[in-house]
Amino acid sequence: MANEPSGRGFAQSGADLELVHVTKSFPGFTAVDDLSLTIPAGSFFALLGPSGCGKTTTLRLIAGLEEPTAGKILVGGKDITNTKAYQRPVNTVFQSYALFPHMTILENVAFGLKRRKIAEPLKLAHEALALVELDHLAQRKPQQLSGGQQQRVALARAVVNRPALLLLDEPLGALDLKLRRQMQIELKAIQSEVGLTFLHVTHDQEEAMTMADTVAVMNKGKIEQMGAPAELYELPHTRFVATFLGQSNLFDGQVTGTEGDTLVVSVPGATLHVSAARSQVSAGAITVGVRPEKLEIHRESPKAAGRQVVGPGRVIDTSFAGVSTQYVVTVPELGDITVFEQNDGDIVAVGEEVWLSWSIGHAFGLPIEAPFDETDLSTRALATAVQ
Amino acid sequence: MAIGAFSHGPSGVTTDATVQRSSRIAWLLLLPGIAYLILFFLVPLASLVMTSFQETIPGGFIGEYQNAFRWENYVEVLGLYGEHTMRSFLYAATATIIALIIGYPLAYFIGVKLRRFPLLQSLALVLVIAPFFISFLLRTLAWKQILADEGFVVATMKTLQLLPDDAHITGTAISVVFGLAYNFIPFMTLPLYTTLERLDLRLVEAGSDLYANPFTTFVKVTVPLTMPGIISGTLLTFIPAAGDYVNASANFLGSTSTAMIGNVIESNFLVLQNFPHAASMSLILMSAILVLVATYVKKSGTEDLL
Repeated sequence: MANEPSGRGFAQSGADLELVHVTKSFPGFTAVDDLSLTIPAGSFFALLGPSGCGKTTTLRLIAGLEEPTAGKILVGGKDITNTKAYQRPVNTVFQSYALFPHMTILENVAFGLKRRKIAEPLKLAHEALALVELDHLAQRKPQQLSGGQQQRVALARAVVNRPALLLLDEPLGALDLKLRRQMQIELKAIQSEVGLTFLHVTHDQEEAMTMADTVAVMNKGKIEQMGAPAELYELPHTRFVATFLGQSNLFDGQVTGTEGDTLVVSVPGATLHVSAARSQVSAGAITVGVRPEKLEIHRESPKAAGRQVVGPGRVIDTSFAGVSTQYVVTVPELGDITVFEQNDGDIVAVGEEVWLSWSIGHAFGLPIEAPFDETDLSTRALATAVQ
Repeated sequence: MAIGAFSHGPSGVTTDATVQRSSRIAWLLLLPGIAYLILFFLVPLASLVMTSFQETIPGGFIGEYQNAFRWENYVEVLGLYGEHTMRSFLYAATATIIALIIGYPLAYFIGVKLRRFPLLQSLALVLVIAPFFISFLLRTLAWKQILADEGFVVATMKTLQLLPDDAHITGTAISVVFGLAYNFIPFMTLPLYTTLERLDLRLVEAGSDLYANPFTTFVKVTVPLTMPGIISGTLLTFIPAAGDYVNASANFLGSTSTAMIGNVIESNFLVLQNFPHAASMSLILMSAILVLVATYVKKSGTEDLL
């Protein structure tokens, strides 16, 4: 497929996608709020966020299934804001797969090609089915296939058109974990093979991080932070990113001074240090965060330069998870702190008195804001499910 | 296709004894239905077939016949009423197409566009079936008044020079087809509504995502997915319309020149008292409809109709 001769109406490579100040309002709420975004051609971009954060609406705006209230959408530099869905060089793999039940698998895959009057649609459809290893089922009807197979047909039906941009709307959501992992690898392989621009919408942070080159974390219609997965994880810029993408221990306090390029933060029960370069604020109220796996547990107060030490505290919960053990340590005034410790044979028992330490270079500083409200999310998820 | 829905056996593992018992219960439950069908369908049908082969008693009164095998009855009625037969199917087909053209957008509007407003949807459905609250004889008579030569429709059209001065609407093919279409629109709309109401709009979106313009999406996705409704709607309209004798009757919207099979059968049974002719005509109508419907359903099962 990668060596198709040109002149068939196919995009030969992916195209840039650009959203310029896109807003979508529905009566009563704004789903997408002044969103600007550029996705470079050929990249695998993930839009990550909880249900109701506006990521699916963003996708539907790009696909042309919704009209933006304001703003522009450009694909490959061309403004497509006022074109209809069927005129856009964009294809979608729908969450529900949306395979046509009255057509065979082959007819489903050839549907887009036939509409565009591309020569030899059936041959190309067979090739696309071979790519997802389903060519032997070409004559079946969708309902005769398993969920995973239907998912691959939906992918083939979109990819066969060689769109400039492929949109994936949580296409792995309905699959079980094992099949999901397998499909993630296949998707990634297909993306590098056909070289299209993929925009993947998901609420699964692990999926976003393993598959995408660039992840944008979306919340309440806005992008909170965008970057390479490791960058987002190591240096979150907002409280939402720090808690939605993995776990974080967060401490609210005040910047009281600086020591060289390190901020000194006073939080109830301790004085913490955070590198100024790794902090979004340099004065006033601040939230200091550190990832649980960056913490070490000590039975005696450690003395080590360049490390932040808190404690003593008491282990109040341990849960064994194979490669690691999760501890919850309560430190007076600081509160409960989560620690992931690799299993090296020494498991600390519940009730033991411990000290915690982390490298100052691992801490990050965030602007202070209200904690991320989980209940708000679940009601939103419910509301979307009902729709 | 509707029969297919009942042909699935009970699922799950069952022993022979339970199968036997449940099949006995099934037969017991079916008994009233079977008895009813034998008594009120098979027996009258047999009687109808017998009547259709009867001959006049030599020297008997009008309306007196004896059993025989007079197959010439069929040849005679085809010769006498061939024109009426053709007319019936033509009128019924035209009325069905008109009802489909009016009923589909209506059903689409109620079933798809009003989906987000359940209250309005129910209200619209009530409005569709509201005409049933009034006897259809009354409604057809009302149309006769409205379309009559002295009525405002004809008067207005004449004033606007849309009709010549000596023209009529009642008593013409137009008014009969109009009456048929009008009376059967609910029968068309309701089955269409039930399939359109369940139409998965995500598939329509998928169509537009895959480069199909709204018209192609409609033809390639919406119509095939709502085919069951189209088939039941057209059958529910065409079959009764082909046998209808009210609209085409001279007492309502028709005249002698618009008489359909129903009118022929009616006058043979009730006026001419030529029971063998009436019976053979009924059987011809029945078998013609059966053949037409069977061909239609078979065709629409494949993609031939699309």
